[in-house]
Amino acid sequence: MHYTLTHLRALEAEAIHIFREVAAEFEKPVLLFSGGKDSIVMLQVARKAFHPAKIPFPLMHIDTGHNFEEVIEYRDRRVEQLGCRLVVASVQESIDKGRVVEDPRPGASRNQLQTTTLLDAIEENGFDAVFGGARRDEEKARAKERVYSFRDDFGQWDPKNQRPELWSLYNGRHRPGEHIRVFPLSNWTELDIWQYIAEENIPLPPIYFAHRRPVYLSRGMLMAVHKVAPAPENTEVFEALVRYRTVGDASCTAAIESTADTVEKVIAEVAATRITERGATRADDRVSEAAMEDRKKLGYF
Amino acid sequence: MELLRFATAGSVDDGKSTLIGRLLYDSKQIFEDQWDAVERVSRDRGEGYTNLALLTDGLRAEREQGITIDVAYRYFATPKRKFIIADTPGHVQYTRNMVTGASMADLALILVDARMGIQEQSRRHAILTTLLRVPHIVLCVNKMDLVDYSEDVFESIKEEFAEFAAKLETGDLSFVPISALNGDNVVTRSVNMPWYEGASLLHLLEDVYIASDRNLIDARFPVQYVIRPMSDDYHDYRGYAGTVAGGVFKKGDPVVVLPSGFTSHITSIDTADGPVDEAFPPMSVTIRLDDDIDVSRGSMICRPRNQPQVGQDIDAMICWMSELRSLKAGDRFTIKHTTQVARTVVKDLTYRLDVNTLHRHEGVPELKLNEMGRVTLRTTVPLFFDEYRRNRLTGSFILIDEATNTTVGAGMILGAP
Repeated sequence: MHYTLTHLRALEAEAIHIFREVAAEFEKPVLLFSGGKDSIVMLQVARKAFHPAKIPFPLMHIDTGHNFEEVIEYRDRRVEQLGCRLVVASVQESIDKGRVVEDPRPGASRNQLQTTTLLDAIEENGFDAVFGGARRDEEKARAKERVYSFRDDFGQWDPKNQRPELWSLYNGRHRPGEHIRVFPLSNWTELDIWQYIAEENIPLPPIYFAHRRPVYLSRGMLMAVHKVAPAPENTEVFEALVRYRTVGDASCTAAIESTADTVEKVIAEVAATRITERGATRADDRVSEAAMEDRKKLGYF
Repeated sequence: MELLRFATAGSVDDGKSTLIGRLLYDSKQIFEDQWDAVERVSRDRGEGYTNLALLTDGLRAEREQGITIDVAYRYFATPKRKFIIADTPGHVQYTRNMVTGASMADLALILVDARMGIQEQSRRHAILTTLLRVPHIVLCVNKMDLVDYSEDVFESIKEEFAEFAAKLETGDLSFVPISALNGDNVVTRSVNMPWYEGASLLHLLEDVYIASDRNLIDARFPVQYVIRPMSDDYHDYRGYAGTVAGGVFKKGDPVVVLPSGFTSHITSIDTADGPVDEAFPPMSVTIRLDDDIDVSRGSMICRPRNQPQVGQDIDAMICWMSELRSLKAGDRFTIKHTTQVARTVVKDLTYRLDVNTLHRHEGVPELKLNEMGRVTLRTTVPLFFDEYRRNRLTGSFILIDEATNTTVGAGMILGAP
């Protein structure tokens, strides 16, 4: 007996530790659940952390209204299976209430608008810890973010004023009105996520696997024809065999051409790929070199 | 596949970013879009070669000022191991970051420039690594291409460092001559240094034996959370959730729970995948006991014949991390140690430790940002601790400023005063 864990079990143990630490020290945690693969893994680890009890906090979905239908179906089914409470915070409601103004151009993304909806929902519900599925391998600004990421009264992240984080001692102290974003999967990579999904046999929404759908080319990326992202005039629509590497707002998440229709084939594809998942498919991160850093400072996920 | 966490220390001048870029690039962890972005920015800035440091300098201020501000975490994997790099800036003002990066590291990579030899900075990195009890140190002598791949240069640096390290209590020490820029001895053995008979850096990282670095002797289980489902299926279930901080726990083991001192036996070690026979660090499990005794968050489960020290007076080495306030005798803080939170007062600041020379400055009034020193603390409740040198998890704590809630100090317990 060598008393060693595989890297996936070590990462899982670390994430379970973080979930339990937050459940013990915070008044009102919430887990952001979008139906994307990272949040699906989050839910799996959260379930394991408190087994055989139920997850002791609600889930929250920031609903842009621009969802892939398959993902919403998956979300509702999973929430019911686990017996969790789901809070849905709607970007459409924020628009209707005049909290944010939507870009009137066709196919415009609601990505930027989510931040207001998220911060309003955190404040209205009095959440003091917000679990997110972000990973440090996703992006350069994220590589320097703490597991416990402190947010001020305005939900802002200050990258130059982060709390040192040593050993597995997390400092979650905050004043009323402030909150902590918590990222239990900080040390996981895209490949780890997929290997864990395979090992744990976790079901995923079907759009993560290769399927045929009508698409068009936009700025070099394959966009699905969707009610919120119709093909612009004079743009050729064609059918392609595609899958999604990340799942976000349908107006700004692109598909990739792929024949990977099983978890094993996806793992082989991810292991061989030479482009980051955000670089490949997220129009929202391409805006500028510091796009993610800027959005995070304002309170984005 | 096993996980290895390592910290890198060295400045940009030592070629640290280039080395990390090389490890990531050669193990195919740098993606084309990242590479394209770095090439584009290097070109725009008129730099003569692709600046690999741009891969790791993530924040806008860092790119603008050409410095690394904070600990950055990088990931790569080979078929043998998955690696987590805590990439820490090496300048003197960033002791705090290096301490942070080293706190969880299995191994530390210290870089020196072959032309410059051992510098004050190299000594500081070795001292900090040793204080943080990183079990393995690899000294990479970089830029060997600029000293004609000279064996003599490598040997004299190696000798000087080994002599210095002998005065410290360093763990396992290795030396590798490399050229990060050209890739010599980084992933594969270099043909330019036939006199070097050791492994390439990557092979060393893949093969270093870390399984015995954890304390598997002193069983320690700080209770994090009590699981009580209160459902029909698990009506009387009461489990103590936590992460094993030391030793091996087995079903049937006699245990004692601190602070109550009551004894019991382990009836089951549960996980969501079913019960397990044994639990060891760093497993997260749920322990059930056969007696209904008082156990809550902050309790420590251990063996009757092997218990941690219990006390309110602690002798510790502190790394001070705040620029807004200093540490002085009489100051009060919140202390977080394992799963316990208490208040503490600094009874005495014994000395400040010069992290470049190990000199002890007695009679200093305060510890300032990036300084280290020895203190005695008195806590409001007893802590259950081990010496840091014996267990990095039950021997460490953080100090929190009660006005701002920020983490201001990191402590390593030396024992009871």
